[in-house]
Amino acid sequence: MTALTTFLEHYNYFITIFLMVSGLYIVIARGNMIKKLVGLSLFQTSVYLLYVAPGKIIGGTAPIFDRAYTVYSNPLPHVLILTAIVVGVATLALGLALVVRINEAYGTIEEDEIFSADGEI
Amino acid sequence: MMAFEHHLPILQVLVPMFAAVLSAFCMRGTTAWAVALVASWAALLIAVLLAIKVFASPEPISYVMGGWTVPIGIEYRVDRLNAFVLLLVTIIGAVIMPYARKSVAKEIDSHQQAWFYTMYLLCLTGLLGITVTGDAFNVFVFMEISSLSTYVLIALGRNRRALLASYQYLIVGTIGATFYVIGVGLLYLVTGSLNLADIASRLGGASAEFQRPIIAALAFLTVGICLKLALFPLHVWLPNAYAHAPSVATVFLAGTATKVAVYLLIRIFYSVYGAAMPFTSLPVSEILLVMSVAAMVLASLSAVFESDTKRMLAYSSVAQISYMTLGIALANESGLTGGIVHMMNHGVMKAALFLALGAVFFRVGSVRLDDLAGIGRKMPLTMAVFVVAGLGLIGVPGTAGFISKWYLAVGAIEKGYWPLAFVIVASSLIAVVYIGRVIEVAYFREPSANVASTRDPPLSMLVPMLLLGAATLYLGVYTEWSAGLAQDAARMLLGGLK
Amino acid sequence: MKHDVILRVGVKLLLPFILLFALYVHYHGDYGPGGGFQAGVISAGMIILYALVFGVDRAKRIAPEWLVERLVPAGVLIYASAGLPAMFAGKNYLDYTIYSHDPLHGHEWGVLLVETGVIVTVAATMTAIFYAFVDRGRSA
Repeated sequence: MTALTTFLEHYNYFITIFLMVSGLYIVIARGNMIKKLVGLSLFQTSVYLLYVAPGKIIGGTAPIFDRAYTVYSNPLPHVLILTAIVVGVATLALGLALVVRINEAYGTIEEDEIFSADGEI
Repeated sequence: MMAFEHHLPILQVLVPMFAAVLSAFCMRGTTAWAVALVASWAALLIAVLLAIKVFASPEPISYVMGGWTVPIGIEYRVDRLNAFVLLLVTIIGAVIMPYARKSVAKEIDSHQQAWFYTMYLLCLTGLLGITVTGDAFNVFVFMEISSLSTYVLIALGRNRRALLASYQYLIVGTIGATFYVIGVGLLYLVTGSLNLADIASRLGGASAEFQRPIIAALAFLTVGICLKLALFPLHVWLPNAYAHAPSVATVFLAGTATKVAVYLLIRIFYSVYGAAMPFTSLPVSEILLVMSVAAMVLASLSAVFESDTKRMLAYSSVAQISYMTLGIALANESGLTGGIVHMMNHGVMKAALFLALGAVFFRVGSVRLDDLAGIGRKMPLTMAVFVVAGLGLIGVPGTAGFISKWYLAVGAIEKGYWPLAFVIVASSLIAVVYIGRVIEVAYFREPSANVASTRDPPLSMLVPMLLLGAATLYLGVYTEWSAGLAQDAARMLLGGLK
Repeated sequence: MKHDVILRVGVKLLLPFILLFALYVHYHGDYGPGGGFQAGVISAGMIILYALVFGVDRAKRIAPEWLVERLVPAGVLIYASAGLPAMFAGKNYLDYTIYSHDPLHGHEWGVLLVETGVIVTVAATMTAIFYAFVDRGRSA
C-alpha cells in the first residue's frame, strides 16, 4: 500500500524516468541516424518535465503579476527550460543537418552500412 | 581602462562573443581571421589581468549580472582555480591564431572560412563562460554553446568521416550535457538554488532525508562531465573527432575543451560537494582511480597500434586526461596539484604536437605514419618541436610532463598507493613506444618521393609551434607560475577537507 | 501552385495579417504569453508561405540570401548590446534599470530590446534554414 501511494504521489517522476529511459534506449539500440536523433530529443524532453513539474504550485496561477492572485507557480524552472528547449532545438537542427550531409556523402543513414562503407573507423 | 577593471569577468566572455558576431558579418576569411586574432589576444590580456588580481587578494572576484544580488542573479566568480584555467584556454587560443590563417586557408573552402572563425570564437566564448561562471545552469548554456560550435568545427573537416565523427560526438555530447542538466535539476530541487557557492552552503545543511537525490545528482553530474572529458570507457567519440577535424580545430580542442571539463569536475567535487562527501562517504575516488588506471594503460596501448598520427595523439590524450582525473581522485594536495598543473602542461604539450602535425599536413597533405618517412630531415624545426613536446608527453625530466607526473606520483605515495606510482611510470614507457615510432619513421627512414621537396612551414606557423615547444621546456624547469599557481588552487580547494 | 488564383490571392491577403500577428506576439511578450521566439517563427512563416506559393526565387527578391545571413548575427548583436550601455553608466552588464527613471520600466525597455534581437535572429535563422534545404533539393 505504501509503495502504491509513493508511486502515486510521485507519478510525474515516474513518467519522466520512463521517457528518459526510452529515449536513451532508442539512441543506443537504433542504427538509423534519424531515429537516434528522435530518441535523443525524447531524452532531452523528459528533462524538461523533470524541471517543470515540481515548479507547479498547487493552487498557484501562471507567474504573471496580477493583484487578484497571491500564489504563483515558480517561474524559474520555466525560464531555465525555455533555454533548454532552445538548446535542444539547436542540437536537433544541427544533428539533422549533419544527417543530410552524411546521406549525401554516403548514400545511406544506416550506421552499419556506413561503417562497412568506410571500413575500420 | 581602470574604470573597466571591475568588469573584467564579464569582458572575458563578452570580447570573444562580440568578436564571433563581428566575424559572422565578415564575407572574407582574412577579415574574420583578423577579428579572431584580436579577440584571442584581448581575451588573453583580460585573463592575465584577472589572474594578477585574483592571486593578489585572498578573496575571489565576484560579478553579478544586471545588479541582481547573488543567489537570485547569475554570478561570475573568479577564484584561483578558474583564473588558472582561463589562462590556459586563452593562451592556447592566442598562440594558435597566428598559425590559423595559412592552415585554415589550405584546409577549408574560402566561403566557409569566416564561419570557421565564428565557430572558433563561439567555442572560445563557451569554454571561457563555463570557466568563469558561478551559476550551475549558466554552465550548461555555455557548455552547449561550446559543444554546438565544436560539432560544426569537426564537421568542417575535409574527409566525409568528419561528418560521422561530428555526428557521434553530437549524440554523446548531448547525452553528457543532458546528464549534467539532470544532476543540476536534482540539486535545484533539493536546495532551491542554482548558484554553485550557494548550493554548496545549502547542501551542508540538507537533512538526511535528501541524501538520495543528492547522491543521484552527483552520479549524473559525474557521468555527464566524464562523457565530456572523455574518461576512459566514455572516450569513444574523441579519437574520431580529433582525427578528422581541421588541424587548427584539433589543436584548440585538444588543448582546451577537455581541460575545461576537467575543471568542471573539480569544481563539482571540491567546491559544490565540498570534497568530504564524494571522497570519504562514497567510493567516487576508487571508481575514478580504476577508470584512470585503465585509461592510462589501455588508451596508451591503443595509441601504439594507430597508423594515423592524429588518432595516435588522440588516444594519447585519453591517457593523459586520466592523469588529471587521477589527481582529482587522489584528493590530497600533491595529487590535486599534479592534476591541475597537468591541465596546463598537457594543454601546452598536446597543442604543440598537434600544431606540428598540422604543419606536416600543410606541407605533405597527410599525417599517416607511412607518409612521414624521413620528414625529420626535411622539416627539421617542425619535427624538433614534435620531439620536444613528445618527450614532455613521456615525462622526461626537464620537460613539463615530468613536473605533473612527479606531483601525481608523490600524491599516490602519500596516499599509500605504491603500485599506482609504477602504473604512472609504466604508462610513460608506453608513451615512449608510440612517440618513438613517429621519431623512428621521421628521422631514420629514407624520405619518400612525396616529401622530397618539403620544407618547414612559413614563419607565421613556425613561431607558434616554437613558442609552445619552448613553453614545454620552460614549464619543466621554472615551475613557480604553473605548479605554484596550481598548488595555490589545490590548497584553496582542499580547505573543505580539513 | 503558381497558377491557382485562389491560393495566390488568398496568400497575398494573409501575408500582412501574419506579420501583424507576429508583431502583436512580439510586443505583447513582456506581459503575456509570447515574445521574440514565437514572433520570429511566425514572421519567418510568412516568407516561407510566400515562397511555397510564388516560388523561392521571388521570395529571395523580398528577403535576399545575403541579407538573411547578415540578420542572423545582427539579432545576436542587438541582444548582446542591450546590456552594454549599463557598463558605461557605471552599472553591471545587463542592468536594464538605466533605461528609465523607474527601474521597472527600465526592465521593460531592456527586455523589449532583447526580444527585438531575438525576433530578428529567429526569423532570419528559420528563413536561412528553409533556403538552405530548398537549394539542396534543387542542386541534387
